[in-house]
Amino acid sequence: MNTVRRFRLLFPALFLFVSACTQAPAPPRGGAGVVKPAYGDALVEGTIGDASTLIPLLATDSSSHAVAGQIYNGLVKYDKNLKIIGDLAQSFAISPDGLTITFHLRRGVKWHDGAPFTSRDVLYTYHVVIDPKTPTAYAEDFKQVKGIVAPDDYTVRVTYGAPFAPALASWGTAILPAHLLEGKDITKSPLARAPIGTGPYRFKEWVAGQKIVLESNHDYFEGRPWIDRYIYRIIPDTSTMYMELKAGAIDMMGLTPVQYARQTTGTRFTSLFNKYRYPSSSYVYMGYNLRHPLFRDKRIRQALTAAIDKDELIHGVLFGMGQKAAGPIPPGRWAYNPNVRDIAYDPKHAAELLAQAGWREKNSDGILTKDGKPFSFTILTNQGNQQRLLTAQIVQQRLRYVGVDVKIRIVEWATFLKEFVDKGNFEVVMLGWTTTPDPDMYDVWHSSKTNPGELNFVGFKNAEVDRLLVEGRSTFDMEKRKKAYFRIQEIMADEQPYTFLYVPDALPVVSARIRGVETAPAGIGYNQIKWYVPKAEQVY
Amino acid sequence: MTRYLMKRILMLIPLMVGITLITFSVVHLAPGEPVEMQMAMNPKVGKEARERMRKFYGLDKPLAEQYVTWVGKLARLDLGRSFSSDNRPVRDKIAERLPITLALNIIALVLEFGLAIPIGILAATHRDTWLDKGITVFVFVGFAVPTFWLALLLMYLFGVKLNWLPISGLHTLGSDSYGLLRYVGDMAKHLCMPIMVASFGSLAGLSRYMRSSMLNVIGQDYITTARAKGLSERVVIYKHALRNALLPLITQAGLAIPGLIGGSVIFETIYAIPGMGQLFYQAVMARDYPVVMGIVIIGALLTLIGNLVADVCYALADPRIREGRGVQ
Repeated sequence: MNTVRRFRLLFPALFLFVSACTQAPAPPRGGAGVVKPAYGDALVEGTIGDASTLIPLLATDSSSHAVAGQIYNGLVKYDKNLKIIGDLAQSFAISPDGLTITFHLRRGVKWHDGAPFTSRDVLYTYHVVIDPKTPTAYAEDFKQVKGIVAPDDYTVRVTYGAPFAPALASWGTAILPAHLLEGKDITKSPLARAPIGTGPYRFKEWVAGQKIVLESNHDYFEGRPWIDRYIYRIIPDTSTMYMELKAGAIDMMGLTPVQYARQTTGTRFTSLFNKYRYPSSSYVYMGYNLRHPLFRDKRIRQALTAAIDKDELIHGVLFGMGQKAAGPIPPGRWAYNPNVRDIAYDPKHAAELLAQAGWREKNSDGILTKDGKPFSFTILTNQGNQQRLLTAQIVQQRLRYVGVDVKIRIVEWATFLKEFVDKGNFEVVMLGWTTTPDPDMYDVWHSSKTNPGELNFVGFKNAEVDRLLVEGRSTFDMEKRKKAYFRIQEIMADEQPYTFLYVPDALPVVSARIRGVETAPAGIGYNQIKWYVPKAEQVY
Repeated sequence: MTRYLMKRILMLIPLMVGITLITFSVVHLAPGEPVEMQMAMNPKVGKEARERMRKFYGLDKPLAEQYVTWVGKLARLDLGRSFSSDNRPVRDKIAERLPITLALNIIALVLEFGLAIPIGILAATHRDTWLDKGITVFVFVGFAVPTFWLALLLMYLFGVKLNWLPISGLHTLGSDSYGLLRYVGDMAKHLCMPIMVASFGSLAGLSRYMRSSMLNVIGQDYITTARAKGLSERVVIYKHALRNALLPLITQAGLAIPGLIGGSVIFETIYAIPGMGQLFYQAVMARDYPVVMGIVIIGALLTLIGNLVADVCYALADPRIREGRGVQ
């Protein structure tokens, strides 16, 4: 999981990790006749930030990963239904004890410079990730590896000390070319600015702060992409990007709810673009500091959830484009428990629960009091996220109805983390998490992760959840995992360490001249190499 | 004059040392470290990974040691390497952004002065007429309108509605294949709106400055004398008054020098111009210390040089200053 610090920055990731309940786009334009796929043209995508490095192992920003994702492959990837399948690995097998994964690599795959891809590249990638000298953020999962061998050029066998469910997905990491990097300092490699990968697009040009141009790899092992060039245009302002879209200078971007609902409904726009909508892989929540005396009693937390009308938030903040969140796993995922009953909006019930917890009397301002102290707290959230601010304001109004006084404080991100979250110096935070397709959430909910700077900053401790989190990540048996995560969601629904608010929809828009775009649980990006522009409509 | 110049240049050294100390302290006082900004809230990042990154950037060393290392490099004209994932030399990052910001700001500056001087003269010579009042309203509207709002309005009008000008960026996609003339023309079209926006805001202050300076000069005795001699108003204003009225603007021009490389966060972001303003903003948000400090130091150095140039120009224009007599 990653925090949704700047939702718009994470947009590219949302293409990859989205769940079900998709809405089909309008049918392709261009007449009723059959259109044939044709090679050629370019796809211009707007991106908020420039990439930093195109060696994905060293990159920590979503822009770099979005570009690098077109250039490199991992051993495995998620398919359209978010199931792990082979990528550079033709197939893989997990030993019955869950300790060994054997990857059988594809033969005939070539790096963009013509060198053959072999197991040597996999071994190099593993060794450079775990090398203490490599400044990477992605070593953690690979440290679980006990041994790695390559019996031949096309087989890699990885052994773990204990079964570790997220291990398989971790091999989706980009495999790097050993023949260009071995024995060299990766931090000073020219590949950072001119990468060589195995992916569907090869690097052509990078004009810092302006554009990154990729061209199709005609020898790509899954077939040559129909669209010849993939151009990322760096446009740091979303309003500008939207105007560029309207002027036809970019083909693809993510819309905000207001743009989707109000500003892109005219016939001119809908004849030029297809809009898509599906649940994103993130959720927004209100997290209670469980060390704070005010929130120790779970009835209080349940009461606050009951006092918040989540439908109203979705309507008011997202223009209806989202769904209620009831737990840490977004609806549509295999680990999502549909039987968990969310606490419904019921101010009366909220008042009853508060009364049971001792908050009965109201002062002259209409605020509940206990031992002479008013029920008052501050919601802390980060600067630069309008959606969260609006959410906090609506929550403030709703809680006022039941006699709870809420103040809102907006803090710059670095200060927010360092001075408040890391030190546990907050009452309630409003934040979001981006979820990965794997349901492992050990780092966010395990009681061992409550130290300063760790992700269980609300201080949630529950022995059963601890046990289930360990159980969930130490088996590859889907049914066993499902059982563990279903139970975790039941406990969360009762404990309410967070008030899970909503799952916003991802709202991408793509030029109507681009055909073959389909929504799936994995979003729209999973079949990008099959997108095409009919010959007659090509513009670049 | 040489002595005056030497004295002024020597005075820059302690000033620069002070500036490095303040810059370093201020940057490191801001909450949040680069490593934290890159890795916070990421469950895949353990404590060890953070420590590894801190060591890589040298952040594990005491602050004093970090400062000495940085200043030592600075003395050798090395600005260090960026703390972002690319770890590129700061010099390279600044070098690739500087030309565009410099070009843009010089054009804007020429435009500002080119417009502000005649506007100021016109307002002064037509003092309290409808023309003067009209100009006042116009320039103050320019001063009051927020840059981002004006930029968006212009984009919508010229880019989306009329389709006359490109909305953002520096080049049209595919312009690499254009001939030189077409390429330059394409870039000029892209720069129209940003330059308009960049100049418009400063026009107000500068033209008002010119107006008051001109009014001040034309109230002097020697102007009355010139008029009494029967010289035409044109000669009085443009030959006798203008030179002296321009003197205070020299200071303004000198002070504008550091601004030339600073760029503007607002219009560079809105118009997607990869200039120094954008780089600085991104570096601050990412706590990329070497880049922030590099830009601040270059800015400070240019401010000092700007002041020096202004003083020298003043001394050249007015002998009383270089002779240390001062203006009486």
